Formats: sequence, structure tokens, C-alpha cells
Amino acid sequence: MKPILEVQNISKKFKIYHEQLPYESLRSKLMNPLSFFSQKESEVFWALKNISFNVNAGESIGIIGKNGAGKSTLLKVLSKITPPTEGKIISRGRIASLLEVGTGFHPELTGRENVYLNGSILGMKQKEIQNQFDEIIDFAGIEKFLDTQLKHYSSGMQLRLAFAVAAFLNPEIMIIDEVLAVGDADFQKKCIGKMEGVTRSGRTILFVSHQMGLVNQLCSRALLMNKGQILVSDTTDVVTAKYLSFDYHESENIFIHTPKLTDNKEMFIEKVSTIDDKGRPSSVFGFNKEIKTQFALIVNNKISDEILSVALQDKYGNRIFTIHKPLNQLETKDNRLTGTMIIPANFIAPNIYTFHFAIVKSDGKVFDIHEGQCRIRIADTGTPFSQYEGKDYGNIIISCKWE
Amino acid sequence: MEYEIKPAKGLQFNLKELWDFRELIYFFTLRDVKIKYKQTVLGALWAILQPFLLMVIFTVFFAAHLDIQSYNLPYPVFVFSGLILWNVFATGISTAGNSMVVNSNIIKKIYFPRLIIPISGILGTLVDFSVTLLMFIVVLFYYLPSFSFLSICVLLPLSLFITLMTTFGAGCFLAALNVKYRDFRYIIPFMIQVLLFLTPVIYPVSIIKNEGVKMLLNLNPIAGAIDILRGAINGTSPSLALVGQCLLISFILFSVGLSYFRKTEYYFADLA
Repeated sequence: MKPILEVQNISKKFKIYHEQLPYESLRSKLMNPLSFFSQKESEVFWALKNISFNVNAGESIGIIGKNGAGKSTLLKVLSKITPPTEGKIISRGRIASLLEVGTGFHPELTGRENVYLNGSILGMKQKEIQNQFDEIIDFAGIEKFLDTQLKHYSSGMQLRLAFAVAAFLNPEIMIIDEVLAVGDADFQKKCIGKMEGVTRSGRTILFVSHQMGLVNQLCSRALLMNKGQILVSDTTDVVTAKYLSFDYHESENIFIHTPKLTDNKEMFIEKVSTIDDKGRPSSVFGFNKEIKTQFALIVNNKISDEILSVALQDKYGNRIFTIHKPLNQLETKDNRLTGTMIIPANFIAPNIYTFHFAIVKSDGKVFDIHEGQCRIRIADTGTPFSQYEGKDYGNIIISCKWE
Repeated sequence: MEYEIKPAKGLQFNLKELWDFRELIYFFTLRDVKIKYKQTVLGALWAILQPFLLMVIFTVFFAAHLDIQSYNLPYPVFVFSGLILWNVFATGISTAGNSMVVNSNIIKKIYFPRLIIPISGILGTLVDFSVTLLMFIVVLFYYLPSFSFLSICVLLPLSLFITLMTTFGAGCFLAALNVKYRDFRYIIPFMIQVLLFLTPVIYPVSIIKNEGVKMLLNLNPIAGAIDILRGAINGTSPSLALVGQCLLISFILFSVGLSYFRKTEYYFADLA
């Protein structure tokens, strides 16, 4: 079977105009009247360069990449909003694009009128809307306000209504931009359930998101874009892992001791860094990856019962756990002790955390102490909570037995 | 169903696609009409009141000073018959001319044939037109009970057709220009004011003595359309030359406007 969507060498060029400083241009233009008719200085910018990929019917594909990577432009070209400069796309199905929910909603119209207008803009036939009208309203949960003007709706209600209409779109190919990232958690869950239903029913989805967890959950394959080109095209877990490392591994995540006069010279923490499973410094870890924290300590005294205390703190400073490691169990080379702590994978919930570390003696004497160091982010790579990304559902994810 | 998305070029008009989207034309028109009179006390009555009050004002100020022998019409009928078509043109080009900019947030987010937007803008003014038409018939019965109903039935659609072609051409042209040069937001209302004086809406062409200016006015298809309608009230058939000339010029305007719109349409989303 031929692919439902063939993207062949798509490129998109934009011209960026540089406006000169007003006084400069006015003066120069007055000096040279002809310049009024001359072209403004412009620079060519390729938002997309030679993009090619195929999508088979029933596949759901995630498109990820940093801001400005060209994801949105690609979606706009695919949805015919803007033409490509070069290349072509062959589509073998009806495309509906959802770059925004509630496109065309008008505050002066009632909820009912807006459902019809918005549905029609999204490409639904009047009959289709009529047949599904009750379901749409039910999904949005706004029966009572059906004939109230939209401007009197709360923003949450407007959003729910907008989603509800979109949720009942029924095209062969659906293009979705980061639109699921809004709304309250319950409603998000409802929408994601609906999306999963769509993929299961064998329709094709192209999905742009920054939420790796969602991409992992919904898409089987993903494209990683960078500077208008496709960097990686592979299964979702490979691509999201690549995205996380590619995006952040350059950023060092190191604590280094800075000597001060008041320092304790007997023992101190010289260096702490977090590294990924390939040994590269990293500050972002997938939920399904181990987090390795390397410690280097300088000890100029004889070691007795001192311990290295390490704690992980959430962004509010609450402790997640504490580890005590006796110094005499660390690897020793001259006056330098080293060790690597491995936080298990699939345990710490996606969020932002910092480390607290100290060298203490069992009698309570503190040699060296540092708080809020080595900030790390744990990225969702498809936890059961991925649709609640950014919400507080605790700091650890465990599975419990039920009886 | 297989189709291609390719770099923009050419000037094909995809009438089938436009037909597939006919429901969207309906909903956009409905929206425009509904919004227009939302939260007004008088609602669609405004469509009657505006031309009616203008008629009264023009009658009070101009009737005595103008020679309108050429049509043998009472001045209120004379001016109303001009205003009814003029309003379609003026509201039409201003709505259509601003429509792409007003709807830019939709254009940037979803695809549909862009032509739908100016089309529904102009269709919306037709709703006003039909309401005004009722008032016009009342005015006719009051001032000129002997008017020729039959020839109005034939010639009003003709003059409306000429007006619509002209409005559509000019409206699309302005809409496309407005996307690129926002100056047109200011040019359009000014242009409408100037055109009101260049179109014999409130005065008869006969008061113009200069032959050159008269020739120029004759090129104006709206002036021609009004001329046809005014003749019709008395049961006079327009000369074939006039009808032909009006149709030709309005068709040229229609084609030029449409082609320019079509040519620039591709890039609306990038510019808007």
C-alpha cells in the first residue's frame, strides 16, 4: 500500500526584512529620494530545508525539536496554510489541521452558533456537526450555557467547548500542534483518551509537542527537527532520548569547589557532576534513565566515622530522600576520594530537582555543606502521568500491589 | 482522494473546491450578519433607517437646488434608488477590503479557499440590501404609485448584478492589497467618500456641464447601474450600449480583482 502522506524535499524560504533605524533612513532617504522606491534590505532564511518523510496510514508520528526548529512551519505547509518554496507533498486522505483550538470562535455568538462555525472552519459538514452535536456538548459539559454568548463563558469553558468540537473531527489525517498542553488535568485526560481512540481506530496523526511523555504515549514514530531539517527519524523512544541528550548535554552540570579563606581545609567536596548513561555531563534525564552523580572529595585528615550525606530536593526545597555514605567506603587515591551514586531509573517523578550534599561527622560536626546544587530535570518519557506534566502528583512514581 | 501540495504558481480557479466549502461561506455570512446587529436595540432596522434618514436629509437640503428633470422622479425616489445600490457597493468594498485583515487569525491557523472571506463579506451586505429593498418599495408606493413594477423586476437584478461584479472585483483587489499594505485600512473609507461624489447618487449627471467629466463618470459601472435602475422606475429601457458598457467594465474589474487576489492569496498567511 502506498503511504498516505509523502513529503518530498520540502523547503520553505522566508525573507526577513531589516528595518533600519528611523532617523538614519529618513535622512538617507531625503538625501536620495530614489531610495524610497528601492527594496528594503532583506535576508533569506530557510525555515525548512529538504524535508522528506513518508507516513503510512494508521501511523502516529511525533514531531519534536526546540523552538524555531521549523516544526510549526512544517505543519503549516502540510495543512496548506502556506505553500512550500520547493518540493511537493502527496496526500492520499483528507487532512484536518488543529494548529489551535477554537479557531474562529466569536465572542458575540452563542455556544451553539460557535460550534457550527468552528466545526465548519475545521472542515466538518453541517450534517456531521448536527449528528454529533449532543455528544460535543456533552463532552464539553456546557449544556446549560448553549445559548449564552461566548463572551460570558469562563476561559475554561471556552477551551472545553473548543476542544470538544475538535475532538469530533473525523479526517483520515490529523495534524495537531501543541494544543493539548492546556486545560485542567481532568479535561486533558479526556482529550488524550480521545486521541488514543483516534490512533487505535487506524487514523493517521502528526503531533507536535514539547511534552516528551505525551509523544511517547501517543506516537509510535517520531521526527526530531533542528534548524529546518530532520535530524533523526526513528521510533519514539530513540528520538525522544536523542532530543533530551542533544538538547542539553552540552550544558555542564557541575559543582566545583571555590576556595575561600573561611573554608575548612581538612575535608571538603571538590567536585560534583551529573552524567548520563554514556558518561556525558547532562542536566536532563529521561524518567527511564539512571542518574549518575559523581563526587570528588579532598580529605587531608585521617578518616574516622565521617560520612558523605547526599539528598535530593524538589524545587520547593523538600527532601525526596537522603543517602549516607561512609567516607571510608569511597575509592581513595592520595587525598582524593571519589564515588558515583546511581539513582535508579523509573523512580523519581518528572520534575526539577537539586542536590544537597555535605560531609558530616556522626557527632554532628559539619565539615562542608552545599545546598541547591546541580539542578537536574527529569523528563517524562511516557509515565502513566504524562498527561499531568507540570502538575504536582508527588515526587516519586511507584507501582503498588492491590489485593 | 489524492492531491498534491506544491510551490505556488499559476492562476487556476478551483471552483469545485469553492463549491465543497459552500457551507463555510454560509456560516461566515451568517456570522457577519449576526454580529453586525448584536447588542443593538433596533437590530436590522438600521438597514432601513440609515438610507431612509439619508434620503430625508438629502431631500431637505438638495431637492430644491437640483434639476432632476432627466428622470422625472420625485427627489426622494431619485436619491433612494441611488443609495440602495451605492450602499451595496460602499459597504461591500469596505467589508471585503478589510475582511482578510480582520480574519487574519483564522487565515494563519487553517486552510480553506481564501476567496470565501470576501465572498461572505459581500453576501452579508445583500442581507441589508433585501431589507432596504422593502423600504424602497414602500417609498416608491408613497411617492410614485404609478411606477413600472415589471421593468423594475427585470432591471433591478441587472443593475444589482453589475454592482455586485464591481463590488466583488474592487473588494478582492483591496482585500489583497490590504494584507500587504495596511495603508489601505485608511485609504478605503476615504476612497468611498470620494467615490460618493464621483457617482451620481445624490445629484443627476445632467448638472455636470463639462463633457470630459461626464465621459469619465460614464465609465463608472455603479453610475451606470444606478442609471439603469432609475430608468426602470419610469419604465424606460436602458440603451444596449449602456448595459454593454457597464457589463464590460464591471467584468474587467471583476477579473482583475479576482486575479490579483488569487495571485497573492498564497502568501496571505505569511503576511497577515
